[in-house]
Amino acid sequence: MGHLTTSPTIEPGHDGTMILNMGPQHPSTHGVLRLVLEIEGENVIRIMPDIGYLHTGIEKTCEAKFYQQVVVLTDRIDYLCPLTNNLCYVLAVEKLLGLEIPERAQWLRVLLNELTRINSHLVWLGTHALDIGAMSVFLYCFREREDVLRIFEMVSGQRMMTSYFRIGGLALEPPLGFFDRVKKFADSFPKRVDEYEELLTSNPIWVERTKGVAYISQEDAIALGATGPTLRASGVDFDLRRDIPYSSYDKFQFEVPVSTDSDVFARYILRVREMRESNKIVQQALAGMPSGPVKADAPKVVLPDREAMKTQMESLIYHFKIITEGFAVPEGEVYQAVESPRGEMGYYVVSDGTAKPYRVHMRGASFANLQALPKMCEGRLIADVVAAIGSIDIVLGEIDR
Amino acid sequence: MPLVPAITDLELLTKHFAVAQLLAWNRAAVLSAKFDRDELSVSIAPSHIRESCAILRDDSQAQFNFLSDITAVDWYPSEPRFEVVYHLLSIPRRDRVRLKVRLPGSDPCVESITTVWPAADFFEREIFDLFGIQFHGHPYLRRLMMPEDWEGYPLRKDYPVEGYR
Repeated sequence: MGHLTTSPTIEPGHDGTMILNMGPQHPSTHGVLRLVLEIEGENVIRIMPDIGYLHTGIEKTCEAKFYQQVVVLTDRIDYLCPLTNNLCYVLAVEKLLGLEIPERAQWLRVLLNELTRINSHLVWLGTHALDIGAMSVFLYCFREREDVLRIFEMVSGQRMMTSYFRIGGLALEPPLGFFDRVKKFADSFPKRVDEYEELLTSNPIWVERTKGVAYISQEDAIALGATGPTLRASGVDFDLRRDIPYSSYDKFQFEVPVSTDSDVFARYILRVREMRESNKIVQQALAGMPSGPVKADAPKVVLPDREAMKTQMESLIYHFKIITEGFAVPEGEVYQAVESPRGEMGYYVVSDGTAKPYRVHMRGASFANLQALPKMCEGRLIADVVAAIGSIDIVLGEIDR
Repeated sequence: MPLVPAITDLELLTKHFAVAQLLAWNRAAVLSAKFDRDELSVSIAPSHIRESCAILRDDSQAQFNFLSDITAVDWYPSEPRFEVVYHLLSIPRRDRVRLKVRLPGSDPCVESITTVWPAADFFEREIFDLFGIQFHGHPYLRRLMMPEDWEGYPLRKDYPVEGYR
């Protein structure tokens, strides 16, 4: 791509400063983020993020696909929380269609979304600790992550690119033994979190590297569009799951951890506590899982069961029509936001009444959170930049789309 | 939930703070409004967008203190061709509003709102990059996703999905 051939995006301000290029192939930038730093000795004066290395034009591709085909594209945006992307997109299209989703499907969506949050936070914790120099946490986190990925594989056949949520419900009823498997994981997980905390929370090196580092005030966090744990660590008590509930999140009891310390340590503690809360939601979902169908009664939108498709003419016709022509969605526009592990993930879907979306736009939480990075690092030490990048938990797939 | 007809009558929509405050400030700024699928959209005259955002942010009742998203839609070949869409969120009131401006196909240009919310920086750069819409007063309007020397604006409807170059 042409990025590397262009001149540096910032010029040295005065004598004594130098321009340092960090990334796009840097192990602690969590992907292909490039930062252009202006430094004076050990101090960072300015930071300019340069993105776009993973740009694949997903938004353009969506316009050329049927509504149901877009679901598989949404997995690829944020590869650490594919099910959250699935959920946000299908909720938006269901809102456009005016479709009512069975309760069991909604609860299963909540259950899997919280497992996704645990999965994403585990990757974040492992890599963030690795960046700062704590190797063993990474190995512990990936041990539990493997369990979550196996659960995903069980329901969808895929470890990462699940595409398990469909417009109108779920792809399939979860297989036998699924709930036992989740129960086993959820029962053992709090003890695992204790293990991570034992390694880090009171570890003097960890505390030294994170406390008071990468401070951002509440006003700045709001003005720069930060969301999720990054915003909550600056003292804003706002979580879409609780405050603008979707997919029956209002039926669950959970706490939203908030801190006013606004530093890397606060963001770490919040995410660890969020993992515990997510685990509580998983337990509640398991305990109160309603019975019933997992797909809405909308034959023109939802694919029929395979069995019905093979034995009933009407189902076969619907199946054929959905696959070959898609289904028309009434004209309109919808902005659906969900709380992803990183913050507000929003899908803006515009329909012109045909079977293909006229426009799909994804508002990535990382995209906005990244704008808060310069504010966190400028005027501070260069070694803290790595800690700051880790603490906002960016995923470049979501930023570049 | 089942679909219900959209409400487009401005008088019926004044119970929403966003509509009421904008009308009280400047009737000419509000072109139309629509309440559809539980979401409120307000069309704003392009020359008033920055002030409208500032009014909604600073108003003690509306309190739209957070910019969620900015994006654009290309309605090619109809005119005015482009629609820039702003999603505002009120964190204290847990409410959303969508502001829209329509821009012509030739030399589309609108005032930047980076002075109201610095968060607009990346969003506006992305729209400039992919739609070719200019934002007046943006501090650093350069391509964000595509390489600097890229020709064309990929998210425009007259730009092919595949087969270019």
